[in-house]
Amino acid sequence: MPTVSMTVNGKSVSAEVEPRTLLVQYLREHLGLTGTHVGCDTSQCGACVVHVNGESLKSCTMLAGQAEGADVTTIEGLANGDDLHPMQEAFRENHGLQCGFCTPGMVMSALDLVKQNPDPSEKEVREWLEGNLCRCTGYHNIVKSILAGAEALRG
Amino acid sequence: MKPAPFAYVRAETLDQVFDLLDEYGDEAKILAGGQSLMATLNMRLSTPEVLIDINHLEGLSDISSDGDVLRIGALARHSDVLESEHVQKHAPLIAKTMPHVAHQAIRNRGTFGGSVAFADPAAELPAVTRALGAIFVLQGRDGQRKVAADDFFQGLFETDLKENELLVGAEIPAIKDGERTAFMELARRHGDYAIVGLAVQGRLEGDTFADMRLGFFGAGDQPILAKSAIAALNGQPNNEGTIKNAQDALDADLDPMPDLNGPAEMKMHLARVLTKRALAELAA
Repeated sequence: MPTVSMTVNGKSVSAEVEPRTLLVQYLREHLGLTGTHVGCDTSQCGACVVHVNGESLKSCTMLAGQAEGADVTTIEGLANGDDLHPMQEAFRENHGLQCGFCTPGMVMSALDLVKQNPDPSEKEVREWLEGNLCRCTGYHNIVKSILAGAEALRG
Repeated sequence: MKPAPFAYVRAETLDQVFDLLDEYGDEAKILAGGQSLMATLNMRLSTPEVLIDINHLEGLSDISSDGDVLRIGALARHSDVLESEHVQKHAPLIAKTMPHVAHQAIRNRGTFGGSVAFADPAAELPAVTRALGAIFVLQGRDGQRKVAADDFFQGLFETDLKENELLVGAEIPAIKDGERTAFMELARRHGDYAIVGLAVQGRLEGDTFADMRLGFFGAGDQPILAKSAIAALNGQPNNEGTIKNAQDALDADLDPMPDLNGPAEMKMHLARVLTKRALAELAA
């Protein structure tokens, strides 16, 4: 089996995997990083969004082998020790989740948004989330969380 | 494991791609952005023996223009097309379309050429390239050939692309002075595949329609250039009678398939409504 190596959350990692291994499986099953969730595995739901070389993408529709040499950030890479990342803290403060299944993808998508648009309007946040499904919250508190997180990140 | 087993090759040269295509035939699949292919593999709707990853081929991602022709490399990501100044300036119809193509995490990965070569009849870009009269550049081992979008799309997920060819780019006539554009689609959620949609480019000479091109998606087994509706518009004044004639002509152009969204007649109705709205936007 081929060896696939990349940097995940700042650490160099390497694993022997079958060519058909999806990036999300590599993260979850080979590295034990189960914060990235699998909802639909057909790029509909956004639960598996991670950052690859700084861009958000769905890790269920990319092969681990395609991320060879890439710099990957998952939800586990955001907090600083026990201190939540400001976007994570905003989700906690604003009750931006209920069951929490979609939350890692929501947070990772939100961070790609604020990178491109540090001060998004509510409408822009709602439009941005079109690739992330939540079946609990009705999105309202997720939008509130992202607006608060964006404000915190602006300082 | 979601997909069935396959071999994976990260191609570094075109020759390597053609060697593999010759060896494996239709057991080989080209992997570009993977935003349709990976989902079909995950659902095991497709079980190829080998995936040929073309993401690392050089020179296929460029977007450029010489003023008359806009060139979009097959590997240009949707997000790059969305942000390209060349596209905004020379193909505003594509610029209007891109925000409707999926959403950011998919646009970061999906490619222009992949969408065209996949030829999904419900996807935006195949229909838009027909509306624009695009020409596709197909690379074989012994050279290139160019095929007009009108001849390229041949049926449900069927194109003129041969087994041992690779779509490497599109040449799109730059918009000319006086040409106007409109893009409309109806979808349950923004970014979803449309129930039905259309892309229009054309001119109004005074109040007379000229050089109209209407490309429909979600309206048949392939992206459709609405030739009867176009004939009903060109040379005619922009008034209610002309619009009605164009709407009626769609019966000859479109052949939507019923699906979970509704019956074919509902889609025909929506297509007529969108046509009226799009022509109003074009004229505005």
